[in-house]
Amino acid sequence: MTRITCKDVNVSYRSGPVLKSVSFDATKGQLIGVIGPNGAGKSTLIRALAGLQSYSGDIQWDGRDVHRMAATERAKTIAYMPQARTVHWALPCLDVVLLGRLPHHSRFAGPSDKDRETALAAMSRMDVQGFAARPFDKLSGGEQARVLIARMLAQDTACFLADEPVNGLDPAHQISLMQTFQKFAQAGRLVFVSLHDLTLAGRWCDRLLLIEHGALKADTSPGELIGTGLIQEVYGIETMDIMLAGQPTIVPAAVRSNASTLVPNQSDSF
Amino acid sequence: MTSPSSLYPALLGTLSFLLVGLFVLSLGIGQVWIDPTLLWFSIGEPSSAEAIILNEIRLPRAVLAVMIGAILGLSGAVLQGFLRNPLAEPGLLGISATASLGAVLAIYSGLTAFHAYALPLSALVGAFLAVFLLQALVGRTGDILTIILAGVALSSLSAALTSLILNMSTNPFAALEIVFWMMGSLADRSLVHVFLAGPFILVGGALLLFTARALDALSLGADVAQSLGVSLQRTRTITILGTAIGVGAATAVAGAIGFVGLIVPHVLRPLVGQKPGRLLPASALGGAVFLLAADIFVRVIMPERDLKLGVVTAILGAPFFLWLLVSLRRRSS
Repeated sequence: MTRITCKDVNVSYRSGPVLKSVSFDATKGQLIGVIGPNGAGKSTLIRALAGLQSYSGDIQWDGRDVHRMAATERAKTIAYMPQARTVHWALPCLDVVLLGRLPHHSRFAGPSDKDRETALAAMSRMDVQGFAARPFDKLSGGEQARVLIARMLAQDTACFLADEPVNGLDPAHQISLMQTFQKFAQAGRLVFVSLHDLTLAGRWCDRLLLIEHGALKADTSPGELIGTGLIQEVYGIETMDIMLAGQPTIVPAAVRSNASTLVPNQSDSF
Repeated sequence: MTSPSSLYPALLGTLSFLLVGLFVLSLGIGQVWIDPTLLWFSIGEPSSAEAIILNEIRLPRAVLAVMIGAILGLSGAVLQGFLRNPLAEPGLLGISATASLGAVLAIYSGLTAFHAYALPLSALVGAFLAVFLLQALVGRTGDILTIILAGVALSSLSAALTSLILNMSTNPFAALEIVFWMMGSLADRSLVHVFLAGPFILVGGALLLFTARALDALSLGADVAQSLGVSLQRTRTITILGTAIGVGAATAVAGAIGFVGLIVPHVLRPLVGQKPGRLLPASALGGAVFLLAADIFVRVIMPERDLKLGVVTAILGAPFFLWLLVSLRRRSS
């Protein structure tokens, strides 16, 4: 079983607070979207859930403090994909994806045949199986993103934390990625994705965490969130809310004229 | 399919083969050619002059070339992987410089006259001082840039202090000895040096090999490496400690030999499919091969003059370093 409990989580950098008293809990079987404007604290929240961030408060996975979990065990429970798509050497893509298997094989043994199988399966899920022998640095941005997502999937954990994984993907791969996450959630895993694309968030996520200036503004299903008007308020936008394939869908339409997030001295001359 | 991974055993095999061949050649080559197989019949109890030369001069020299080349190549590969920078090398952390400073102090103070171990031990003390200073400067949360800058500062300070000692030296012979020692050489070393440096190089090398997995994970950046179960702090400690013990001991018996740790991993990286962990054994073998070859070269090119090994590796290394900088810049533009 997988259950995460966040209680009163606060994170501060020298420049000021980044997360303010965030509390929620989640159990397996959910695809949770983390949304909010630039700088709201989405990445910090995801890093904190992954145990990569110092915080005050409580983050527990199945009742255990995330910083107290043994490193290998945590690596077998939680996979993390940062927003930055960094691979330092010109590694072939299969080797990049195989790094996701690192927690699963013993210290001095290389990846086993089963590890290789899992890695290749993750690659074909992300439609990058053809790049196995290609150096990572020779791929396009979107292809690199898909290889790194495959790397995360290959870790084969109960929980996935992906920071803006759809950035740079073409629409087909965006949708198929969200479908993959949905399938994983339905199969009993717990998936957190931070997203800027509200349409994707509304269409595919079971639940949305809306963050504004580090505070959790809303924690509910997309359908209910649309009704509250919070999205419009937090982002400072007007939206068209439509039903698509039975799912509530948020389409950003215009910037609110009185929005506080706008630069005040901008003259509307275009 | 001939991917780099299927070529890996062949690469290690080729390097090992070269290593053995050059080792035997190194025993034979010198002022006079001596049949290396003589060593087999005379080891431990040399009876002829040739056997004595083999046992007491050529053998230590060849063994030291292997050990020192291996630890320099290995630590270069570890540092490049750990710092995720192809321009890193053992000298970068300031360990070679502080070890040199320790050795120079021993020569200057005349301690070397009292005991044969004074110079290498004093160099080792210098190397360990570098570790403590680095750990203190870098602190608990040290990032890569802090480590590099601290190493550069430590190198400059040690170099300045070494110059100060040369400057203050009233004895021209001591000054000359210091200058020659700093050039780095394997000439006139004995089995005493082998037994002194050997254990440290082995321990340092074993520690460094232990980082392979963490270095692989670090190719995805520090955050992902941590999420894959790697302890950054432990990796850093092992890297600094292993380099100090191994490279400190190497510098202690051979002086500063530059550029091996920079060139060897860089040349071998494409041949091991770019994987930082796999680069480690290959770089150790490659470093040993490179230094054996360079040490044979200095004996062949100018047999009468005592051409310094460190001078040759730097003469080969510096232009390569420049080429590396230029080609890296070209690739990124």
